Amino acid sequence: MDRFVFLTVDGLSRGAVYAAFALALVLIWRAARVVNFAQGAMAVAAAYVAYTVSTATGSYWLGFVVAIVAGLLLGALVDRVVMRHVDHASPLNPVIVALGLVLLIQAVLGMVYGSEFRPAEAPFSRSALTVGGVAVLSPYDLFVFATIGVVVSGLAWMFARTPVGLRMRAAAFAPEVSRLLGVNVGGMLTLGWALASGVGALAAMLVLPTELGLHPHAMDLVFVSAFTAAVVGGLDSPPGAVVGGLVVGLLLSYVSGYAGSDLTPLAVLVLLLAVLLVRPGGLFAPVAARRV
Amino acid sequence: MSATRAALPPKEQLDEPGGRPVDRRGGSTLLRHLAVVLAAGLLLVAVSYSVEPFRNFQLATVAAYLCATAGLTVLTGLNGQLSLGHGALMATGAYTVALCQTAFADRGMTGGWLLPLSLGAAIVSTVAVGAVVGVAAARLRGPYLAGVTLAVAVVVPALAVTFDGVFNGEQGLSVPVEPPPLSLGPYFPYERWQLWVTGAATLLALLLLANLIRSRYGRTFRAVRDDEVAARLAGIHVARTQVLAFVVSAATAGLGGALLAVLAQSVSPGAFSLTLSLFLLMAVVIGGLGRLTGALWGAVLLVALPDLTHSVTEMLTLSPAVAQRLEGNLPLAIFGLTLIVVMIAAPGGVQGLLSRLGRALLARRPTRRS
Amino acid sequence: MHRKAHRGLAIASTLALLITAAGCSGDDGPGSGGASVPGVTDTEIVVGTHMPLTGPASAGYSKIAPATKAYFDYVNANGGVHGRKITYKIMDDGYNPANTQQVVRQLVLQDKVFAVLNGLGTPTHTGVLDFLKSNRVPDLFVASGSRSWDQPDKYPGTFGFNPDYTVEGKILANYAKANLAGQKVCFLGQDDDFGRDSLAGVEKVLGAGAVAVKQTYVTSNTNVAPQIGAFKAAGCQVVVLATVPGFTALSVGTAARLGFKPQWLVSNVGADHPTLAKQLGAAAPLLEGMVGTNYLPMQNDTANPWIQLFTKVNKEHNGDAPFDGNTVYGMSVGYLFVQVLLAAGKDLTREKVLDAVQKGGYQGPGLVPLRFSATDHSGYGGQRLSRVSGGVQTYFGPAYETDEADGAVNEYTATPAAPPANGVPTVS
Repeated sequence: MDRFVFLTVDGLSRGAVYAAFALALVLIWRAARVVNFAQGAMAVAAAYVAYTVSTATGSYWLGFVVAIVAGLLLGALVDRVVMRHVDHASPLNPVIVALGLVLLIQAVLGMVYGSEFRPAEAPFSRSALTVGGVAVLSPYDLFVFATIGVVVSGLAWMFARTPVGLRMRAAAFAPEVSRLLGVNVGGMLTLGWALASGVGALAAMLVLPTELGLHPHAMDLVFVSAFTAAVVGGLDSPPGAVVGGLVVGLLLSYVSGYAGSDLTPLAVLVLLLAVLLVRPGGLFAPVAARRV
Repeated sequence: MSATRAALPPKEQLDEPGGRPVDRRGGSTLLRHLAVVLAAGLLLVAVSYSVEPFRNFQLATVAAYLCATAGLTVLTGLNGQLSLGHGALMATGAYTVALCQTAFADRGMTGGWLLPLSLGAAIVSTVAVGAVVGVAAARLRGPYLAGVTLAVAVVVPALAVTFDGVFNGEQGLSVPVEPPPLSLGPYFPYERWQLWVTGAATLLALLLLANLIRSRYGRTFRAVRDDEVAARLAGIHVARTQVLAFVVSAATAGLGGALLAVLAQSVSPGAFSLTLSLFLLMAVVIGGLGRLTGALWGAVLLVALPDLTHSVTEMLTLSPAVAQRLEGNLPLAIFGLTLIVVMIAAPGGVQGLLSRLGRALLARRPTRRS
Repeated sequence: MHRKAHRGLAIASTLALLITAAGCSGDDGPGSGGASVPGVTDTEIVVGTHMPLTGPASAGYSKIAPATKAYFDYVNANGGVHGRKITYKIMDDGYNPANTQQVVRQLVLQDKVFAVLNGLGTPTHTGVLDFLKSNRVPDLFVASGSRSWDQPDKYPGTFGFNPDYTVEGKILANYAKANLAGQKVCFLGQDDDFGRDSLAGVEKVLGAGAVAVKQTYVTSNTNVAPQIGAFKAAGCQVVVLATVPGFTALSVGTAARLGFKPQWLVSNVGADHPTLAKQLGAAAPLLEGMVGTNYLPMQNDTANPWIQLFTKVNKEHNGDAPFDGNTVYGMSVGYLFVQVLLAAGKDLTREKVLDAVQKGGYQGPGLVPLRFSATDHSGYGGQRLSRVSGGVQTYFGPAYETDEADGAVNEYTATPAAPPANGVPTVS
């Protein structure tokens, strides 16, 4: 029983960061109908900027803020300089460009910072608080949960209640009509990229302290898990991303703890098939599954 | 240099069968394809004599990749199904060939017919795996299909570690391959023999694919891609067509993987990682999606581009401190940048660019004459 | 007519692109100038290697080959070997066996290297063993502790360098047996031959049932909390780690946050303190008391003449790159290769190099003997234990040697050799 509680808590705290990263994927999918394979590399780049700032100033929080700002800027930059010019007639073209970006960003990071692992500091203790002899959440886990809660509700509020959010949704779903109505569709698209990339950077700042450390490839595996989470939840649904992230985190923890860590990829495939064969658009698919 | 130049014609010949998927010329397509493949085969033999062993090996690798990219371009380009898992299908073929060849060698069996038998077994096992994935894939679209195939790409290499009693974990298996037949002479270069074997298998696969593309099945593939509802109205069984496309594509991917295993004389899960699946997809899109010629370009790029970027960076003389940072990374950066620039400048890929270039030049020529 | 012209044009343009694609990597490599031995001329010896310079596995390892090259440059600056300068071609394979296939063939078939030196990685190098054998390329000092390199009958041209993982497991277990008797020993290993062989070594010394909890990890899953949690729940007091550096740091960090503080016994593969400390950052004090193994001089031992020599070479020829265990490793490989070339004589052939390695008896920076002989192609035959104390990793106790079978773990007492005055070995 202790083991079960331990694995559940461990899975939830991992799942929370997958959820944050899946959220970034959902954002860009909703804004531009692109699965951004470069999300991981872009987030790592922002985390490296944060690392540079934090080591220079000694302040974790300054680095944290800088990471999010760098993420926002990088997202806007990628949209303006690269994605804007890609022919979206075939949905594969942006995917390939994103893969090219991955290679480019990782190579540049490798040149600047080398391929050594850099430490990723956590702002709060990661030692679990013990309740009745069982290690439960650490202060850092609580920080992760709180941050993700704030991000999810902030985004929900923005899309539902603010004029900008409304314009963004309009631009994504009906670009022509929106343009007629005076919405700056291009600007909204850039904003979407920036937001998604900012959330991705935030997720990287949350996940890296629990990983091996800062490395050009540090988010590769996280990307795979987060993409799975987004697909399980449904790419159109932010709550789906959160639920998907938690489900994937729990599954990985249980399988690794009870069956062996080599079986985790198989478990992920089984989960995907089980969910998608019943609901081909993910758990939180909109009523009429949109064919893409 | 002249040797390299001689290497080129057969490749051009060999991609002809699929060069124009929608060809409405009369006459027997099968005969025409056969003639082209035969000519390509002869040229390949000629080339194999005129280039050095390393180039032979590279061409053989291109041929093995071409099997996989040709299948993928049929699936993704002609049938509209995205697969991020073709690396896993290649792994299936590769491991099957390794297990078969080892079984034959352990029983002391020899003979020229064993390798085709192993390759056949590789295709059969990959078809089985492909059918299972294909049935699931037929229900899914877009990123959801991408998600499942991506999971397949991660799972299959991992299984080699889980069942290390059979697959020997990360270290993988060796693939015993017999030397070239003695009738070719005692000093026949091994790499030339490798090119012959992979070239023959690939040409055969391309011949079948090219005919399939022009057949009724090829037309149903495209109909389903363009509009599922219309296809259904026309009496096409959409799901069945999609599974069939997946199976065909899996078969060629399995053959490609098996050929790679034969070339390397070894298989290990690391060689069939998710990266390979992503690179295959990049190759077919950069080459020109939906055309066998594009698949050829993609396969060439997979082999030549890393080599090329490495050579470019080798020409720079760098201080040790700078070299430590750039080594390895600079070729990757150039590779990535090339991908982005090509995709932006030529969304139709290399083949699309060439066709456009050709049309533009032709359009100009008659006016100059007049 | 129009269609024909179109096709001709397509062919021509295709040709042009193919030529540029295929033609750029040059034709014949060097070394074809008269001499019949590939890669050897009167003034040059070309050798090559495959290493992960990029990708997830490149951390740390990417520094080895540049260090070896720096040592060669130092030797070249001092007149080379028998008047020949050593050219070291470093190929990046990203730790992907498929890339290794390509780059090793490029080295052998196109660049015509004399030998492949220090190719890194078990899965990567396993795939090219047969190719190197059939091309009779000396395959020297493979950078991995797998036992596959020690098969003189099957692969007469292949030699190891690292002590194999079983030897290492035995020495770590021997320490536990002698100094931590009665404590509960547990084991975390990588899910491949590294973890397997190491566990075999541990069980050879402690007995088959003596390891209380055995866990494995895969590099594709960066959460070891379930494994470490199992150790804690079982009350493990000693944990033997057969882990790569990233996972050593991860295990130590994960244990700390679970409030679990065992005695760590770490394989040399994942015990380099500077690498671990860098990765852990502010959490580096967690490494206090960690026992590791090594067989080359400790990188922080500035009084050691070898470290003085390698530091000098690093400054002069390696752009003063950060100096750590990988630098020492790379230069030690370079030193041994130069020793072997000298022993092979002025009239260099591939056979003579293999004979020279098999003759054995090389004294270099290593703390334990190299085992090379006609029947043994494994590398170093032992290790010495180190401990982290006050943030500094230092050796303690004697060096040990043993075999990968059931032989006893013995102390090795010979005094280590000192480097030659100018840092370049001479013919013995």
